Amino acid sequence: MTLKKTGKVILEKCPTGIKGLDEITQGGLPRGRPTLICGSAGCGKTLAAVEFLVRGALEYGEPGVLMTFEETPEDLAKNFISLGFDVNDLVARRLLAIDNVRVERSEIEETGEYDLEGLFIRLGCAIDSVGAKRVVLDTVEALFSALPNEMILRAELRRLFQWLKDRGVTAIITGESGDRTLTRYGLEEYVADCVILLDFRVREQISTRRLRIVKYRGSAHGADEYPFLIGEQGLSVLPVTSLMLDYPVARERIATGIPKLDAMLGGQGFYRGSTILVSGTAGMGKTSIATTFTDAACRRGERCLYFAFEEPPQQITRNASSIGLDLARWEKKGLLKFHAARPTLYGLEMHLLAIHKAITDYRPRVVIMDPISNLTAVGTPAEVKSILTRLTDYLKMNSTTALLTDLTHSGGSLERTNEEISSLIDTWLLLRDIELNGERNRGLYILKSRGMAHCNQIREFLISDRGVDLIDVYTGAGGGILTGSARAAQEAWEKAAENTRVSEMERRRLEKERRKKVLEAQIEALRAEIAAEAAELAMLGIEEKKRQAGSLADRLAMAHLRKADAAGRQPQRKREQPGDRR
Amino acid sequence: MKDANPRRKKKAAPEEVPDENGEKWILRLYVAGQTPKSLTAFDNLKKIGEEHLRGKYVIEVIDLVKNPQLAKGDQIVALPTLVRRLPEPVKKIIGDLANTERVLVGLDLRPSS
Repeated sequence: MTLKKTGKVILEKCPTGIKGLDEITQGGLPRGRPTLICGSAGCGKTLAAVEFLVRGALEYGEPGVLMTFEETPEDLAKNFISLGFDVNDLVARRLLAIDNVRVERSEIEETGEYDLEGLFIRLGCAIDSVGAKRVVLDTVEALFSALPNEMILRAELRRLFQWLKDRGVTAIITGESGDRTLTRYGLEEYVADCVILLDFRVREQISTRRLRIVKYRGSAHGADEYPFLIGEQGLSVLPVTSLMLDYPVARERIATGIPKLDAMLGGQGFYRGSTILVSGTAGMGKTSIATTFTDAACRRGERCLYFAFEEPPQQITRNASSIGLDLARWEKKGLLKFHAARPTLYGLEMHLLAIHKAITDYRPRVVIMDPISNLTAVGTPAEVKSILTRLTDYLKMNSTTALLTDLTHSGGSLERTNEEISSLIDTWLLLRDIELNGERNRGLYILKSRGMAHCNQIREFLISDRGVDLIDVYTGAGGGILTGSARAAQEAWEKAAENTRVSEMERRRLEKERRKKVLEAQIEALRAEIAAEAAELAMLGIEEKKRQAGSLADRLAMAHLRKADAAGRQPQRKREQPGDRR
Repeated sequence: MKDANPRRKKKAAPEEVPDENGEKWILRLYVAGQTPKSLTAFDNLKKIGEEHLRGKYVIEVIDLVKNPQLAKGDQIVALPTLVRRLPEPVKKIIGDLANTERVLVGLDLRPSS
């Protein structure tokens, strides 16, 4: 620790290169100081220490010295080649010096005063031979069983750790766990700067490894127990990624593969890089939604990684084809990859490592995990949550969209997932069964969807050979919802009622039409009558005129015949009487 | 292993080795510089040799300050360390050899009680 002029305390750190460890130690081990790594037999102490050296040599250009008190260099080389660490190669390239210290109690007789200068000389010689910046002593405690005088040994170990500090090397000292103390011989007494405890426990036949930073003087550090794994590439402490919530956020939206669902999600589907949970009881169609989404992603030409924890890939492909999805062709095209493993195959941490590795190798844009509930078989809900937190963080860092399915048990609340991971989820689709009239139908609704307007309605979820579809459920006047045949019956009834209404209307319309026609006919008849009357009237007028004209002419003619003169007209008029009778 | 390397040995006994039985003792003393402990150890060793192994032993003193790389070969951790290279099996005695009884037991010159 150095005090700068600003008063800022700066502890220089030495990155270990071990996945995750540098994150929780916020940079690595204290540089130039010894760190104690303790734990029970087989907990991975030696591996952690050797990886520190190997990564130091290869990634940080810091050669190292491995002083081993237990394993021979030959065994070490053999053990680590399986983890991809070629110890012999490093030795040949003068990036690593190995000194195997073997002290046999049976060979040794002790007489009088001594010190461990021999060890110092050997260590100094090894450090000088490669210009080492890192030193590992694994495990110096072996000396306690080899050398009889514990007092001398303790004094010398104290001197040794001081000597390591003086040499300015970053050192890891490993120690076996004691009954009540961190290490059997109380090494933690001497190494006061940084102590890391590794733990290996077996619970329900499943082993898990954990790491905890017991102390780290002068530095903030994660205080929790972190699961870690020993995998093909060495040690990985989880979190494998940053614990900060600082990943990029996409505005891009991607289709779900179900147009009606897109419509429910503000019309555009999920956000890219979001985490989607599809939960529901058994047989609700979670996998169908997952495979539909997979198909949609592949159609867009995006790589999709499908983690199958329950069904073999062939079965998923077959079942998908029954709803009209051809996943096999995407597999052939290299757009879809299945990663199938029974959860109980190995511990939770191994799963996470396997998942992580698969994702790193394949670099998918979409990840499906079906179902995450099976992971609880190998861990407690809290552990699963911790794993999923880290996993979703990692996926979000890469803007990878993740769809997780979760089987909920009908006993509990549907809105509660086993893993209580709600806070990690951006969009949560809930599938529930709707039981009515002796039928079980599927309903889907959106429990939440961050950052988008979304539909609040329950939709009926149908699975057919043409895929999955959503239809509006019947929400009747009674307020209840009807699905399945009840909905169909209701719809039929409504249709019939509608038909009746329609024909009634038609009938009434025709009636009105008829009446109108009748009236029109009447009007027409009257009009005809008027016309007839008028014609009659006209005829009468003409006849009258004719008659008048006729009678005048008759009179004139008669007068002519009677040879009447103007004086004689009077009698003539009197004679007119018989003519009237005509 | 059969022949003591005369270049490394500090002449401690004037007699010729090996002796009449062909028995030969090669005692190698590892030290780190001329510390009081090293000197005491050497003196004690010489005394024991003269008393119990007269004429059939050589002492090689190896100063690890000068030859640090030699510490590995005999698996030296503590100093001083006396290594009985011959006769076999190899025996190691650590400390300044102040307790003569224990040195003799350690060298198989006296059965352990």
